[in-house]
Amino acid sequence: MEKQMMMLKRILTKKKGGKSLKKAFIATLLFFAVILSGCAQEAKETQKEQAEKKLSGEIKVDGSSTVAPITEAVAEEFQKENPDVRVTVGISGTGGGFKKFVVGETDINDASRPIKDEEKEACKKNNIKYVEFKVGYDGLTVVVNKENDWCKDLTVEELRKIWEPNSKVKKWSDIRPEWPKEKIVLFGPDTDSGTFDYFTEVIMGEEGKSRADYTASTDDNILVEGVAGEKYSLGYFGFAYYEQNKDKLKAVKVNGVNPSVETIRNGSYSPLSRPLFIYLNQASLKRKEVLAFVKFYLENAPTLVADVGYVPLPDEEYLDQLSKLKDVK
Amino acid sequence: MEARDLLDPEKLKLKVKRRRKIDKIFSLFALFASLLGLLLLFAFFISLIVKGASWLSLSFLLGTPSRFPEKAGILPALVGSFWLIILTAIFSIPLGIGAAIFLEEYSKKNFIARFIQINISNLAGVPSVVYGILGLAVFVRFLALGRSIIAGSLTMSLLVLPIIIIATQEALKMVPKTIREASFSLGASQWQTVRYAVLPVAFPSILTGIILALARAIGETAPLIAIGALSYVAYVPRSPADPFTVLPVQIYTWVSRPQKEFQDLAAAAIIVLLLLFILLNALVVFLRYQSRKRVR
Repeated sequence: MEKQMMMLKRILTKKKGGKSLKKAFIATLLFFAVILSGCAQEAKETQKEQAEKKLSGEIKVDGSSTVAPITEAVAEEFQKENPDVRVTVGISGTGGGFKKFVVGETDINDASRPIKDEEKEACKKNNIKYVEFKVGYDGLTVVVNKENDWCKDLTVEELRKIWEPNSKVKKWSDIRPEWPKEKIVLFGPDTDSGTFDYFTEVIMGEEGKSRADYTASTDDNILVEGVAGEKYSLGYFGFAYYEQNKDKLKAVKVNGVNPSVETIRNGSYSPLSRPLFIYLNQASLKRKEVLAFVKFYLENAPTLVADVGYVPLPDEEYLDQLSKLKDVK
Repeated sequence: MEARDLLDPEKLKLKVKRRRKIDKIFSLFALFASLLGLLLLFAFFISLIVKGASWLSLSFLLGTPSRFPEKAGILPALVGSFWLIILTAIFSIPLGIGAAIFLEEYSKKNFIARFIQINISNLAGVPSVVYGILGLAVFVRFLALGRSIIAGSLTMSLLVLPIIIIATQEALKMVPKTIREASFSLGASQWQTVRYAVLPVAFPSILTGIILALARAIGETAPLIAIGALSYVAYVPRSPADPFTVLPVQIYTWVSRPQKEFQDLAAAAIIVLLLLFILLNALVVFLRYQSRKRVR
């Protein structure tokens, strides 16, 4: 660092006319270099300080952007206790994450759906053994506008009628004759989303089967705004987004059950509550820091899952997951 | 008919009046067009400040991401963005200017040169995710650089190279031929002509191209998500081989959270990104001013 400063000084004091441009350029480059190396040095010092602590290393996590907030929260707490372990979390999506997981590039994959058969095949081919852990639930919520005073509940049958390909439902009165003869405006996640996959799977019975003439977005916040701004609208998205926008939206009962933390947790809000998973590469368990991280994950999930807006499993299920970890170890 | 009209003073007056009117309407339209951009930017800025300004603080700049919005900070993303932009500049500027000099000053206008030219123009229009997928295959996997800053900035360099090349070419084309001829007539070699006669004149315009290119690199998200830049990194990257995150990726993850506070945090991070960008812009304006002074 001192050397760099010297060079900087020399350049700034060099008396050679007409070179001010080059000088300025080099000076800025050096300026950035000094800043960066300063950062690096600081980091090294803190590293030295904590060298006595035992756990260190890097844990690579990738996968679903739905599950990422949970893993990030766990990583945040874990790193407070183990500052030398560096946990990184990516958001390539459940499928995108599995592509990296099956070739052994990541230790853990966040998933908002169970692993698919072709992904299992790929694991086998690459000789990768994995363990699945359930970490929480997410409910899909069907919502309508605040001013909607007619639609309070829908059956799965009616949802299928609304969302099936080439659906004949154009007006609210096409669902139930006593409802208004107004055009129904539909909002939903687009086809890249795990939410879309899950909804079509449980409502339509086949993943990816849906009508296409609705407003689609990957960003659930845009769907929230869409439904909130249109009286005759209907949409569906993750429960956390409904929870945060209760003042703007109304949730619809599905098969007579209201979506809530309680009903999602005890399974009565069916079929629209889905489990969230993490998949762990068994080979990574040999590393102490990974084992500690997963253990920490399952032990602290009850509070952390709720903190970021999802629904935790019942306590005894977390104990089951923990004993599963002990078994593979 | 026309000629007789011109002789009639009354009709001539009318005609001039009409022409003036058209002139006025057009200038009003031009004014509206230029104000519209400014107004939009202004409205955007106001909404950002309303949402994000109260979240700006030293702990926000120096903190790490957190699930509690009031504890969350952007230091890893900020440092990641710095690393990325500097390495991208180091990789792409010499290559880009070099390629442009070759195409404009050295190569003969033959089939191969035209072929390269068309390809570069097409590359400038390729969607950025495609560069991300290419980066994943070549830098992350094949060269085994992993999800590191160096892989990220190499990918970004690919993305901005066509922009730099095209801008530099345009700048070189604007240099009057007479300058080159004068230089050659004094017995200067091709290299000497380029170095001492052409480049200094073209430099201010080249800089404009570079800033546009780097601005694109600083704001891109898609290719970095494709190569696996991370949304959560709680430490400051120490070397180009470290995994990293950048400001746009951090903003992207915050915007898609359900909690309103995180969207306000995203606004605050956008303000920081804009400031960073203005700083970069100011640096270039300064350099351009310096180099113009020299040429005169």
